[in-house]
Amino acid sequence: MAEQTIRVLIAKPGLDGHDRGAKVIARALRDAGMEVVYTGLRQTPEMIAEAALQEDVDVVGLSILSGAHMALVPRIREVMNNQGLDDIPLLIGGIIPDDDRGELEKYGVRGVFGPGANTEDIVRFIHGLMDANEGTAE
Amino acid sequence: MTGAPGTGKSTLVAALAKAWRAEGKTVGILAVDPTSPFTGGAILGDRIRMRDLSGDAGVFIRSSATRGALGGLAAVTLDQARALDAVGFDLVLIETVGAGQNEVAIARMAQTTVVVEAPGLGDEVQAIKAGILEIADVLVVNKADRPGATQTVRALRTMIETGHPALKTRWMHHGQMVGVDDRGVSNNHDPAVWIPPIVETVAADGKGVDLLISKIEEHQRYLEGAGLRDQIERARLEAELMDRLQASLLRRLLGGLPENALAEAVASVQKRINTPDQAIEALILQAEALPVES
Repeated sequence: MAEQTIRVLIAKPGLDGHDRGAKVIARALRDAGMEVVYTGLRQTPEMIAEAALQEDVDVVGLSILSGAHMALVPRIREVMNNQGLDDIPLLIGGIIPDDDRGELEKYGVRGVFGPGANTEDIVRFIHGLMDANEGTAE
Repeated sequence: MTGAPGTGKSTLVAALAKAWRAEGKTVGILAVDPTSPFTGGAILGDRIRMRDLSGDAGVFIRSSATRGALGGLAAVTLDQARALDAVGFDLVLIETVGAGQNEVAIARMAQTTVVVEAPGLGDEVQAIKAGILEIADVLVVNKADRPGATQTVRALRTMIETGHPALKTRWMHHGQMVGVDDRGVSNNHDPAVWIPPIVETVAADGKGVDLLISKIEEHQRYLEGAGLRDQIERARLEAELMDRLQASLLRRLLGGLPENALAEAVASVQKRINTPDQAIEALILQAEALPVES
């Protein structure tokens, strides 16, 4: 069977209530043939890790517009690692200052996509991540 | 749990799971959403309605896309249910895609099939059409606080009274119809016959959920009492094995043939050289002539 179908979790941690961006991304990834688990607003790090584990996703995409990324991302990574999900890459969309990107990389953030990012670039990026994984893992 | 899109299946599944959790039972949830036939992608959004269940180790939710399977379920759903059963979950709730009139696969898989309706989705003719209503062990009218709920309940009741093989109906004054069984007593006293009960719920605030649970459990006891549980499982396994056998024979047959064999068979039918039956016969002969791989 075609096991290559990429499964992505799109999650919105924290308290901001703007999920239009998350929905646009979910839709774009669906149109690119991926299966997108969308969990809705106001997810805690624990909820995100639980969903990633139960849904057996390949990538987790986080939408953060509140500026709380430096608090949320390390916590999400920690909870995910506790669940044995340290090999799952994180992608972030939203408002992320350039200065924070280097720091975020330490927590397994492989890509940051701000306003104006091209959805096709994001799709290509995820495919690239998956291809690279296939070469090394398993 | 099956029913048309937007009737509130996910919300109802979440409410049921919560109620069962309160009784200490562990609950596995398998939610299926449709795969786009054009891109192969899918949005799996059932967890949105189930956020109250998160953080509870007694609940496991897995979303799947249909990936081209028919019948409202994914090809993996049965194996997923098996895995949850093997791990020891007390209950496994399967939520189908928003089902129309032909998604009846669930009835072959589940011990108890709950069909969820909502007010305003169709008139009485919809209710008597063949399809998912016929597979219901329990009927739910969700969003029962909305206008039209009474009419929906009435239409479903009429459908059951006119359509159920075990019931005879009797016309009363003023065109009112009542269902009676052979002995002239009302429903559900004869253990050999199950009449699908109709339960009104408002899943969003939990109204009617306790009643729904008691009806589901009543149906489970009925299966047990009537000795149907084993029979249903046997029929289900037989159907499943047949399906899988077909799929794997097909894979094996096509896998053994040269790559262009199918295209040539299609061309031979398109050019009116062969009938479809002749083309198939030729394919099978061609496959059988190949050396058997071990």
